[in-house]
Amino acid sequence: MFLRFSQTLLIYFLLFSYVESAESGGMPQLNPEFWFSQIFWLIITFGIMFILLSKFVLPKISENLELRKAQISENIEAAEKQREESDKKLKEYDQLIINSKNEAKNYFNKAREKILKDVDKKRESLEKEIDEEIDKVEKEILDLKNKSPEKIRKIAVETSSDLIKQIIGVEVNNSSISAIVEDVSRKTN
Amino acid sequence: MYQFNVYRIGPEIKIGEVDLSFTNASLFMVISSLAVLIIFNLGSKKNSLIPNKIQLLAELSYTFVSKMISDTAGSKAKPYFSFIFSLFMFVLFCNMFGMIPYAFTVTSHIIVTFVLAAFIFFGVTIIGFIKHGFGYLKLFVPSGVPVVLLPLIVVIEVISYLSRPVSLSVRLFANMMAGHTMMKVFGGFVISLGIVGGWLPLGFSVALTGLEILVAFLQAYVFAILTCIYLNDALNLHH
Repeated sequence: MFLRFSQTLLIYFLLFSYVESAESGGMPQLNPEFWFSQIFWLIITFGIMFILLSKFVLPKISENLELRKAQISENIEAAEKQREESDKKLKEYDQLIINSKNEAKNYFNKAREKILKDVDKKRESLEKEIDEEIDKVEKEILDLKNKSPEKIRKIAVETSSDLIKQIIGVEVNNSSISAIVEDVSRKTN
Repeated sequence: MYQFNVYRIGPEIKIGEVDLSFTNASLFMVISSLAVLIIFNLGSKKNSLIPNKIQLLAELSYTFVSKMISDTAGSKAKPYFSFIFSLFMFVLFCNMFGMIPYAFTVTSHIIVTFVLAAFIFFGVTIIGFIKHGFGYLKLFVPSGVPVVLLPLIVVIEVISYLSRPVSLSVRLFANMMAGHTMMKVFGGFVISLGIVGGWLPLGFSVALTGLEILVAFLQAYVFAILTCIYLNDALNLHH
Protein backbone atom coordinates (compact mmCIF):
# COMPACT_ATOMS: atom_id res chain seq x y z
CA MET A 1 0.00 0.00 0.00
CA PHE A 2 2.82 2.38 0.88
CA LEU A 3 4.46 1.33 -2.33
CA ARG A 4 1.43 2.09 -4.39
CA PHE A 5 0.99 5.41 -2.66
CA SER A 6 4.59 6.45 -3.25
CA GLN A 7 4.30 5.26 -6.83
CA THR A 8 1.31 7.50 -7.32
CA LEU A 9 3.20 10.43 -5.81
CA LEU A 10 6.12 9.77 -8.11
CA ILE A 11 3.88 9.73 -11.15
CA TYR A 12 2.32 12.98 -9.97
CA PHE A 13 5.73 14.53 -9.64
CA LEU A 14 6.76 13.38 -13.09
CA LEU A 15 3.51 14.62 -14.52
CA PHE A 16 3.86 18.07 -13.03
CA SER A 17 7.48 18.43 -14.05
CA TYR A 18 6.39 17.40 -17.54
CA VAL A 19 3.69 20.04 -17.49
CA GLU A 20 6.07 22.75 -16.37
CA SER A 21 8.67 21.87 -18.93
CA ALA A 22 6.17 21.56 -21.73
CA GLU A 23 4.05 24.54 -20.85
CA SER A 24 5.28 26.62 -23.70
CA GLY A 25 4.88 23.88 -26.35
CA GLY A 26 1.88 22.63 -24.43
CA MET A 27 1.04 19.03 -23.72
CA PRO A 28 -2.14 18.48 -25.75
CA GLN A 29 -3.49 16.31 -22.95
CA LEU A 30 -3.58 19.28 -20.57
CA ASN A 31 -5.21 21.66 -22.98
CA PRO A 32 -8.78 21.92 -21.67
CA GLU A 33 -10.17 23.11 -24.97
CA PHE A 34 -11.63 19.75 -25.97
CA TRP A 35 -12.06 18.15 -22.54
CA PHE A 36 -15.81 18.47 -22.52
CA SER A 37 -16.02 17.24 -26.05
CA GLN A 38 -13.99 14.19 -25.14
CA ILE A 39 -16.07 13.50 -22.02
CA PHE A 40 -19.27 13.93 -24.00
CA TRP A 41 -18.24 11.61 -26.80
CA LEU A 42 -16.76 9.08 -24.39
CA ILE A 43 -20.06 8.89 -22.52
CA ILE A 44 -22.01 8.55 -25.78
CA THR A 45 -19.83 5.92 -27.45
CA PHE A 46 -19.07 3.90 -24.35
CA GLY A 47 -22.67 4.15 -23.20
CA ILE A 48 -24.10 2.96 -26.50
CA MET A 49 -21.54 0.18 -26.73
CA PHE A 50 -22.25 -0.90 -23.14
CA ILE A 51 -26.01 -0.91 -23.61
CA LEU A 52 -25.88 -2.83 -26.91
CA LEU A 53 -23.36 -5.33 -25.56
CA SER A 54 -25.21 -6.00 -22.32
CA LYS A 55 -28.68 -6.09 -23.90
CA PHE A 56 -28.07 -8.06 -27.08
CA VAL A 57 -24.58 -9.44 -27.58
CA LEU A 58 -23.41 -10.80 -24.23
CA PRO A 59 -26.63 -12.70 -23.39
CA LYS A 60 -26.42 -14.35 -26.81
CA ILE A 61 -22.81 -15.39 -26.26
CA SER A 62 -23.60 -16.73 -22.81
CA GLU A 63 -26.61 -18.60 -24.22
CA ASN A 64 -24.44 -20.06 -26.98
CA LEU A 65 -21.89 -21.24 -24.44
CA GLU A 66 -24.57 -22.79 -22.23
CA LEU A 67 -26.14 -24.51 -25.21
CA ARG A 68 -22.85 -25.94 -26.30
CA LYS A 69 -22.09 -27.15 -22.80
CA ALA A 70 -25.51 -28.80 -22.55
CA GLN A 71 -25.19 -30.38 -25.96
CA ILE A 72 -21.74 -31.74 -25.24
CA SER A 73 -22.76 -33.23 -21.90
CA GLU A 74 -25.87 -34.69 -23.53
CA ASN A 75 -23.79 -36.26 -26.25
CA ILE A 76 -21.38 -37.67 -23.71
CA GLU A 77 -24.27 -39.12 -21.76
CA ALA A 78 -25.76 -40.70 -24.87
CA ALA A 79 -22.40 -42.12 -25.85
CA GLU A 80 -21.99 -43.59 -22.38
CA LYS A 81 -25.40 -45.19 -22.58
CA GLN A 82 -24.72 -46.66 -25.96
CA ARG A 83 -21.42 -48.04 -24.78
CA GLU A 84 -23.12 -49.74 -21.86
CA GLU A 85 -25.73 -51.17 -24.19
CA SER A 86 -23.15 -52.48 -26.60
CA ASP A 87 -21.24 -54.00 -23.67
CA LYS A 88 -24.40 -55.80 -22.63
CA LYS A 89 -25.03 -56.98 -26.17
CA LEU A 90 -21.48 -58.20 -26.46
CA LYS A 91 -21.88 -60.19 -23.26
CA GLU A 92 -25.12 -61.68 -24.52
CA TYR A 93 -23.46 -62.60 -27.76
CA ASP A 94 -20.59 -64.25 -25.94
CA GLN A 95 -23.04 -66.18 -23.77
CA LEU A 96 -24.93 -67.28 -26.85
CA ILE A 97 -21.80 -68.53 -28.51
CA ILE A 98 -20.74 -70.46 -25.40
CA ASN A 99 -24.20 -72.02 -25.08
CA SER A 100 -24.36 -73.09 -28.69
CA LYS A 101 -20.86 -74.50 -28.50
CA ASN A 102 -21.86 -76.59 -25.50
CA GLU A 103 -24.97 -77.76 -27.25
CA ALA A 104 -23.02 -78.75 -30.32
CA LYS A 105 -20.60 -80.70 -28.17
CA ASN A 106 -23.47 -82.48 -26.46
CA TYR A 107 -25.00 -83.45 -29.79
CA PHE A 108 -21.69 -84.68 -31.03
CA ASN A 109 -21.06 -86.73 -27.90
CA LYS A 110 -24.50 -88.23 -28.00
CA ALA A 111 -24.19 -89.17 -31.64
CA ARG A 112 -20.80 -90.74 -31.08
CA GLU A 113 -22.05 -92.80 -28.14
CA LYS A 114 -25.00 -93.98 -30.14
CA ILE A 115 -22.88 -94.97 -33.07
CA LEU A 116 -20.40 -96.74 -30.82
CA LYS A 117 -23.22 -98.63 -29.15
CA ASP A 118 -24.71 -99.65 -32.47
CA VAL A 119 -21.40 -100.80 -33.76
CA ASP A 120 -20.80 -102.80 -30.61
CA LYS A 121 -24.20 -104.39 -30.81
CA LYS A 122 -23.81 -105.34 -34.43
CA ARG A 123 -20.35 -106.69 -33.88
CA GLU A 124 -21.55 -108.76 -30.95
CA SER A 125 -24.43 -110.24 -32.92
CA LEU A 126 -22.17 -110.91 -35.85
CA GLU A 127 -19.62 -112.57 -33.63
CA LYS A 128 -22.33 -114.67 -32.08
CA GLU A 129 -23.56 -115.74 -35.48
CA ILE A 130 -20.08 -116.56 -36.63
CA ASP A 131 -19.43 -118.53 -33.45
CA GLU A 132 -22.63 -120.50 -33.92
CA GLU A 133 -21.77 -121.21 -37.54
CA ILE A 134 -18.31 -122.33 -36.59
CA ASP A 135 -19.72 -124.52 -33.83
CA LYS A 136 -22.14 -126.14 -36.23
CA VAL A 137 -19.52 -126.74 -38.88
CA GLU A 138 -17.14 -128.16 -36.31
CA LYS A 139 -19.83 -130.53 -35.09
CA GLU A 140 -20.51 -131.63 -38.62
CA ILE A 141 -16.86 -132.19 -39.27
CA LEU A 142 -16.56 -134.09 -36.07
CA ASP A 143 -19.57 -136.17 -36.98
CA LEU A 144 -18.16 -136.88 -40.38
CA LYS A 145 -14.86 -137.77 -38.88
CA ASN A 146 -16.44 -140.10 -36.38
CA LYS A 147 -18.59 -141.79 -38.94
CA SER A 148 -16.03 -142.11 -41.77
CA PRO A 149 -13.89 -145.10 -40.50
CA GLU A 150 -16.95 -147.29 -40.02
CA LYS A 151 -18.24 -146.43 -43.45
CA ILE A 152 -14.88 -147.01 -44.99
CA ARG A 153 -14.70 -150.36 -43.24
CA LYS A 154 -18.15 -151.27 -44.44
CA ILE A 155 -17.34 -150.24 -47.96
CA ALA A 156 -14.04 -152.09 -47.75
CA VAL A 157 -15.78 -155.22 -46.49
CA GLU A 158 -18.41 -155.05 -49.18
CA THR A 159 -16.01 -154.39 -51.98
CA SER A 160 -13.62 -157.06 -50.77
CA SER A 161 -16.45 -159.61 -50.51
CA ASP A 162 -17.62 -158.61 -53.97
CA LEU A 163 -14.08 -158.86 -55.29
CA ILE A 164 -13.59 -162.23 -53.71
CA LYS A 165 -16.88 -163.48 -55.09
CA GLN A 166 -16.05 -162.40 -58.62
CA ILE A 167 -12.50 -163.59 -58.53
CA ILE A 168 -12.95 -166.85 -56.75
CA GLY A 169 -16.68 -167.38 -56.90
CA VAL A 170 -16.87 -168.23 -53.30
CA GLU A 171 -19.12 -166.75 -50.81
CA VAL A 172 -17.04 -165.57 -47.89
CA ASN A 173 -18.25 -164.96 -44.48
CA ASN A 174 -18.65 -161.29 -43.87
CA SER A 175 -17.35 -161.42 -40.35
CA SER A 176 -14.05 -162.97 -41.31
CA ILE A 177 -13.55 -160.34 -44.00
CA SER A 178 -14.27 -157.58 -41.59
CA ALA A 179 -11.72 -159.02 -39.22
CA ILE A 180 -9.11 -158.98 -41.92
CA VAL A 181 -10.02 -155.44 -42.98
CA GLU A 182 -9.67 -154.39 -39.45
CA ASP A 183 -6.32 -155.94 -39.21
CA VAL A 184 -5.17 -154.24 -42.42
CA SER A 185 -6.47 -150.85 -41.51
CA ARG A 186 -4.76 -151.09 -38.11
CA LYS A 187 -1.50 -151.96 -39.88
CA THR A 188 -1.80 -149.07 -42.32
CA ASN A 189 -2.64 -146.67 -39.60
CA MET B 1 3.57 15.92 -29.48
CA TYR B 2 1.52 16.32 -32.64
CA GLN B 3 0.31 12.75 -32.33
CA PHE B 4 -1.63 13.68 -29.20
CA ASN B 5 -3.25 16.76 -30.74
CA VAL B 6 -7.01 16.89 -30.72
CA TYR B 7 -8.61 18.76 -33.56
CA ARG B 8 -12.09 19.34 -34.77
CA ILE B 9 -13.56 17.23 -37.54
CA GLY B 10 -16.54 18.78 -39.20
CA PRO B 11 -18.60 21.63 -37.86
CA GLU B 12 -18.29 23.23 -34.47
CA ILE B 13 -20.98 22.07 -32.08
CA LYS B 14 -21.54 24.33 -29.09
CA ILE B 15 -24.10 23.99 -26.37
CA GLY B 16 -24.03 27.25 -24.47
CA GLU B 17 -20.41 27.90 -23.67
CA VAL B 18 -19.41 24.22 -23.89
CA ASP B 19 -17.68 22.94 -27.01
CA LEU B 20 -18.90 19.44 -27.89
CA SER B 21 -17.45 19.25 -31.40
CA PHE B 22 -16.72 15.98 -33.07
CA THR B 23 -12.94 15.55 -32.95
CA ASN B 24 -10.42 12.95 -34.04
CA ALA B 25 -10.59 11.58 -30.47
CA SER B 26 -14.35 11.15 -30.88
CA LEU B 27 -13.77 9.48 -34.23
CA PHE B 28 -11.51 6.86 -32.70
CA MET B 29 -13.90 6.30 -29.81
CA VAL B 30 -16.63 5.63 -32.36
CA ILE B 31 -14.34 3.37 -34.39
CA SER B 32 -13.28 1.36 -31.31
CA SER B 33 -16.77 0.87 -29.96
CA LEU B 34 -18.09 0.02 -33.42
CA ALA B 35 -15.31 -2.52 -33.90
CA VAL B 36 -16.15 -4.13 -30.55
CA LEU B 37 -19.83 -4.22 -31.43
CA ILE B 38 -19.28 -5.63 -34.91
CA ILE B 39 -16.81 -8.31 -33.83
CA PHE B 40 -18.90 -9.52 -30.92
CA ASN B 41 -22.12 -9.30 -32.84
CA LEU B 42 -20.64 -11.44 -35.60
CA GLY B 43 -19.23 -13.77 -32.96
CA SER B 44 -22.61 -14.32 -31.32
CA LYS B 45 -24.84 -14.43 -34.40
CA LYS B 46 -24.49 -18.03 -35.45
CA ASN B 47 -24.32 -20.74 -32.87
CA SER B 48 -22.50 -23.71 -34.28
CA LEU B 49 -21.30 -26.57 -32.14
CA ILE B 50 -17.83 -26.16 -33.55
CA PRO B 51 -17.31 -22.39 -33.50
CA ASN B 52 -15.85 -20.54 -36.46
CA LYS B 53 -12.92 -18.18 -35.96
CA ILE B 54 -14.82 -15.07 -35.01
CA GLN B 55 -17.18 -16.97 -32.75
CA LEU B 56 -14.19 -18.58 -31.05
CA LEU B 57 -12.67 -15.13 -30.54
CA ALA B 58 -15.86 -13.80 -28.97
CA GLU B 59 -16.35 -16.84 -26.76
CA LEU B 60 -12.72 -16.91 -25.65
CA SER B 61 -12.90 -13.22 -24.68
CA TYR B 62 -16.14 -13.87 -22.86
CA THR B 63 -14.72 -16.75 -20.83
CA PHE B 64 -11.48 -14.85 -20.25
CA VAL B 65 -13.22 -11.84 -18.70
CA SER B 66 -15.72 -14.02 -16.89
CA LYS B 67 -12.91 -16.06 -15.31
CA MET B 68 -11.02 -12.90 -14.40
CA ILE B 69 -14.06 -11.51 -12.57
CA SER B 70 -14.93 -14.71 -10.74
CA ASP B 71 -11.28 -15.17 -9.72
CA THR B 72 -10.83 -11.69 -8.27
CA ALA B 73 -14.30 -10.65 -7.11
CA GLY B 74 -16.13 -13.93 -6.63
CA SER B 75 -19.60 -14.92 -7.73
CA LYS B 76 -21.24 -11.78 -6.29
CA ALA B 77 -19.72 -9.74 -9.11
CA LYS B 78 -21.77 -11.51 -11.80
CA PRO B 79 -24.21 -8.59 -12.32
CA TYR B 80 -21.31 -6.27 -13.13
CA PHE B 81 -19.89 -8.60 -15.78
CA SER B 82 -21.20 -6.74 -18.80
CA PHE B 83 -19.85 -3.42 -17.53
CA ILE B 84 -16.37 -4.80 -16.88
CA PHE B 85 -16.42 -6.65 -20.21
CA SER B 86 -17.34 -3.45 -22.04
CA LEU B 87 -14.71 -1.51 -20.13
CA PHE B 88 -11.99 -4.04 -20.92
CA MET B 89 -12.90 -4.25 -24.58
CA PHE B 90 -13.21 -0.49 -24.98
CA VAL B 91 -9.82 0.19 -23.41
CA LEU B 92 -8.21 -2.69 -25.28
CA PHE B 93 -9.55 -1.60 -28.67
CA CYS B 94 -8.65 2.05 -28.05
CA ASN B 95 -5.11 1.00 -27.13
CA MET B 96 -4.80 -1.32 -30.11
CA PHE B 97 -6.18 1.19 -32.62
CA GLY B 98 -3.62 3.61 -31.25
CA MET B 99 -0.91 1.25 -32.49
CA ILE B 100 -1.86 1.86 -36.12
CA PRO B 101 0.38 4.56 -37.61
CA TYR B 102 -1.29 7.98 -37.89
CA ALA B 103 -4.09 6.78 -35.66
CA PHE B 104 -5.11 8.63 -32.52
CA THR B 105 -4.83 6.93 -29.15
CA VAL B 106 -7.93 7.79 -27.13
CA THR B 107 -6.50 6.41 -23.90
CA SER B 108 -3.41 8.59 -24.10
CA HIS B 109 -5.53 11.49 -22.86
CA ILE B 110 -5.77 11.88 -19.11
CA ILE B 111 -9.28 13.28 -19.28
CA VAL B 112 -10.64 10.12 -20.91
CA THR B 113 -8.98 7.70 -18.51
CA PHE B 114 -9.83 9.93 -15.57
CA VAL B 115 -13.51 9.99 -16.45
CA LEU B 116 -13.53 6.21 -16.70
CA ALA B 117 -11.65 5.83 -13.42
CA ALA B 118 -13.81 8.39 -11.62
CA PHE B 119 -16.96 6.64 -12.81
CA ILE B 120 -15.58 3.34 -11.50
CA PHE B 121 -14.56 4.96 -8.23
CA PHE B 122 -17.95 6.50 -7.57
CA GLY B 123 -19.75 3.45 -8.74
CA VAL B 124 -17.77 1.15 -6.48
CA THR B 125 -18.17 3.50 -3.51
CA ILE B 126 -21.93 3.69 -4.03
CA ILE B 127 -22.16 -0.11 -4.36
CA GLY B 128 -20.15 -0.48 -1.15
CA PHE B 129 -22.42 1.85 0.81
CA ILE B 130 -25.55 0.20 -0.59
CA LYS B 131 -24.33 -3.30 0.30
CA HIS B 132 -22.86 -2.56 3.75
CA GLY B 133 -24.31 0.81 4.82
CA PHE B 134 -21.95 2.74 7.06
CA GLY B 135 -20.19 -0.53 7.77
CA TYR B 136 -18.36 0.09 4.52
CA LEU B 137 -16.22 2.60 6.44
CA LYS B 138 -14.65 -0.37 8.22
CA LEU B 139 -12.64 -0.75 5.01
CA PHE B 140 -10.39 2.01 6.40
CA VAL B 141 -9.77 0.21 9.70
CA PRO B 142 -7.75 -2.91 9.08
CA SER B 143 -8.08 -5.60 11.72
CA GLY B 144 -5.14 -6.55 13.89
CA VAL B 145 -3.51 -3.11 13.94
CA PRO B 146 -2.23 -1.74 17.28
CA VAL B 147 -4.43 1.02 18.67
CA VAL B 148 -1.52 3.44 18.80
CA LEU B 149 -0.97 3.19 15.07
CA LEU B 150 -4.66 3.31 14.23
CA PRO B 151 -5.05 7.08 13.53
CA LEU B 152 -2.09 7.02 11.19
CA ILE B 153 -3.24 3.87 9.40
CA VAL B 154 -6.76 5.20 8.95
CA VAL B 155 -5.45 8.41 7.40
CA ILE B 156 -3.20 6.49 5.05
CA GLU B 157 -6.00 4.12 4.10
CA VAL B 158 -8.33 7.02 3.35
CA ILE B 159 -5.73 8.74 1.21
CA SER B 160 -4.96 5.50 -0.61
CA TYR B 161 -8.66 4.93 -1.24
CA LEU B 162 -9.14 8.45 -2.54
CA SER B 163 -6.09 8.19 -4.77
CA ARG B 164 -7.53 5.14 -6.51
CA PRO B 165 -9.12 6.97 -9.43
CA VAL B 166 -6.00 9.02 -9.93
CA SER B 167 -3.63 6.06 -9.88
CA LEU B 168 -5.97 4.05 -12.11
CA SER B 169 -6.29 6.79 -14.72
CA VAL B 170 -2.68 7.97 -14.59
CA ARG B 171 -1.36 4.42 -14.94
CA LEU B 172 -3.19 3.85 -18.21
CA PHE B 173 -2.65 7.33 -19.59
CA ALA B 174 1.05 7.48 -18.68
CA ASN B 175 1.76 4.06 -20.14
CA MET B 176 0.10 4.85 -23.44
CA MET B 177 1.63 8.30 -23.69
CA ALA B 178 5.11 7.17 -22.71
CA GLY B 179 5.09 4.34 -25.23
CA HIS B 180 3.97 6.53 -28.10
CA THR B 181 6.37 9.30 -27.15
CA MET B 182 9.24 6.84 -27.03
CA MET B 183 8.38 5.46 -30.46
CA LYS B 184 8.22 8.97 -31.80
CA VAL B 185 11.63 9.79 -30.28
CA PHE B 186 13.21 6.71 -31.88
CA GLY B 187 11.48 7.50 -35.16
CA GLY B 188 12.99 11.00 -35.00
CA PHE B 189 16.44 9.42 -34.46
CA VAL B 190 15.96 7.32 -37.60
CA ILE B 191 15.41 10.47 -39.63
CA SER B 192 18.19 12.50 -38.06
CA LEU B 193 20.83 9.74 -38.25
CA GLY B 194 20.01 9.02 -41.87
CA ILE B 195 20.84 5.99 -43.98
CA VAL B 196 24.11 5.26 -42.13
CA GLY B 197 23.20 5.31 -38.45
CA GLY B 198 19.46 5.06 -38.68
CA TRP B 199 19.26 1.31 -38.62
CA LEU B 200 19.83 0.91 -34.89
CA PRO B 201 16.97 3.22 -33.80
CA LEU B 202 14.84 1.64 -36.54
CA GLY B 203 15.42 -1.76 -34.95
CA PHE B 204 14.56 -0.27 -31.56
CA SER B 205 11.42 1.19 -33.05
CA VAL B 206 10.38 -2.18 -34.42
CA ALA B 207 11.06 -3.88 -31.07
CA LEU B 208 9.18 -1.11 -29.26
CA THR B 209 6.18 -1.67 -31.49
CA GLY B 210 6.00 -5.25 -30.28
CA LEU B 211 6.45 -4.12 -26.70
CA GLU B 212 3.77 -1.47 -27.10
CA ILE B 213 1.28 -4.02 -28.39
CA LEU B 214 1.98 -6.07 -25.31
CA VAL B 215 1.60 -2.98 -23.12
CA ALA B 216 -1.63 -2.09 -24.86
CA PHE B 217 -3.10 -5.45 -23.92
CA LEU B 218 -1.54 -5.47 -20.46
CA GLN B 219 -2.81 -2.02 -19.51
CA ALA B 220 -6.33 -2.89 -20.59
CA TYR B 221 -6.08 -6.05 -18.50
CA VAL B 222 -4.68 -4.16 -15.50
CA PHE B 223 -7.42 -1.55 -15.81
CA ALA B 224 -10.09 -4.23 -15.82
CA ILE B 225 -8.57 -6.31 -13.07
CA LEU B 226 -8.10 -3.31 -10.76
CA THR B 227 -11.75 -2.50 -11.33
CA CYS B 228 -12.53 -6.07 -10.28
CA ILE B 229 -10.38 -5.70 -7.17
CA TYR B 230 -12.09 -2.45 -6.16
CA LEU B 231 -15.42 -4.13 -6.80
CA ASN B 232 -14.32 -7.04 -4.63
CA ASP B 233 -13.59 -4.59 -1.77
CA ALA B 234 -17.08 -3.19 -2.11
CA LEU B 235 -18.86 -6.54 -2.43
CA ASN B 236 -16.95 -8.67 0.07
CA LEU B 237 -15.88 -6.53 3.00
CA HIS B 238 -13.05 -8.46 4.60
CA HIS B 239 -12.31 -6.36 7.66
